[in-house]
Amino acid sequence: MSADKLVTQLKTGLDAPICLTWELTYACNLQCVHCLSSSGQRDERELTTAEAKRVLDQLRELQVFYINIGGGEPMVRRDFFELVEYSVAPNAHGSGIGVKFSTNGAFIDAEKARRLAAMDYLDIQISLDGADAATNDAVRGAGSYDMARRAMDNLAAADFGPFKISVVATRHNVPQLDRFKALADDYGAQLRLTRLRPSGRGADTWDQLHPTQVQQRQIYDWLMAHGEGVLTGDSFFHLNALGPALPGLNMCGAGRVVCLIDPIGDVYACPFVIHDEFRAGSVRDPGGFAEVWKRSDLFTSLREPQSAGACASCGAFDACQGGCMAAKFFTGLPLDGPDPECVGGDADEALAALAAQPVAVQVALKPRPAMDHTKPARTPALA
Amino acid sequence: MSTDLIAHPLLQQPLALHPQVAVRPEPFGALAYHYGNRRLVFLQHVDMVTVAKALADHPSLAEALTTCHIAPSRWPSFAKAFASLLESEVVVVRDPAEGLPR
Repeated sequence: MSADKLVTQLKTGLDAPICLTWELTYACNLQCVHCLSSSGQRDERELTTAEAKRVLDQLRELQVFYINIGGGEPMVRRDFFELVEYSVAPNAHGSGIGVKFSTNGAFIDAEKARRLAAMDYLDIQISLDGADAATNDAVRGAGSYDMARRAMDNLAAADFGPFKISVVATRHNVPQLDRFKALADDYGAQLRLTRLRPSGRGADTWDQLHPTQVQQRQIYDWLMAHGEGVLTGDSFFHLNALGPALPGLNMCGAGRVVCLIDPIGDVYACPFVIHDEFRAGSVRDPGGFAEVWKRSDLFTSLREPQSAGACASCGAFDACQGGCMAAKFFTGLPLDGPDPECVGGDADEALAALAAQPVAVQVALKPRPAMDHTKPARTPALA
Repeated sequence: MSTDLIAHPLLQQPLALHPQVAVRPEPFGALAYHYGNRRLVFLQHVDMVTVAKALADHPSLAEALTTCHIAPSRWPSFAKAFASLLESEVVVVRDPAEGLPR
């Protein structure tokens, strides 16, 4: 079977996700301005330890090989280690499930680093969005650069092995790609570079943060030069219209090979679309996650052939696939048209027309994320 | 079919799935995941899955192909596919001294 045929097969869906993201909590010690899940405060409806273990057992039965754990900051949960240890250990329901988790590093002190290093089937991604404190902290908050570096130092001292440094590409850090790579090399770590999405709080900051067209070309050239040595989660497939395809599957996996379980057990098509329109069900529904994955109306419809719409006449459609569903949705663009970061500039007119509308109209046209767990702004206590 | 391909050296090797590899059936064949090197590979035909699972019980890839009723005309493509799985360590060459498991 050729790679194209494989992608065609994958688009009709798999018996279980290849890659499932599970945000364990909306609680977070940081308040990054581009947070996909608008995290900050814990949601009181959060899955309990027992519920989370039931989900893990079902994923075992589905033979899910590994899960990506995120948040919020997953290590805020008191049962974080209990859940990770439960996941990686085989039990009567099936094999262990590998865990890759994303963290800002705040809670990886020397002792936790040793505990993490002692576990099999565990990968860690430390988020870092600037190669220096000024660039990083402007997005992730004061002190977050030092926090991440401390965690990296602790992991290195504990001989964790090749952890990952996870960077979201922004207008301010694209000029630093070589510095990120050098930092990763210094630690014996692997660099992961992913695309900024206008999701969560990112909906409000995307205009200022997303890379320019010139920078998109720089990202593409840089990724082509580094090949499979830099991980991307296949997130830059919209750049394939610039030339030969980047490594990866070159397709949107939402509801087909990937999905998201949020902290309260809701299942969404991907980590970038926390919105009712892309909510397929809940792990708390009868039949649990497996039923949602296999039979929800939303996932079934995503596995049908999708229309190229306004992109049908574009020669680059086979290469870029029209880009990212979430990016279109939260910028107010039609789902069957060009990505807001279309490298051919085909979305520019529609975006400009939208930007020319009064703010109230723009707000009405752009879907808002379903939930906001941002912490309330601190007001000085009254005397 | 080229004779040098059917004489692919891998055909005479004793192979097995790596002990850290899990195989999950899918409509197109199977997904194989290596928990050691974290590589995910696609076995893009149901017959590849059958042969991969039979490897450990046979003294060579060729004998596994025979038992699984794979027509010799398809052996070159199987040899090529298993060579690629060997490269990603999803499949390993067994130590002949260990003989067959069981």
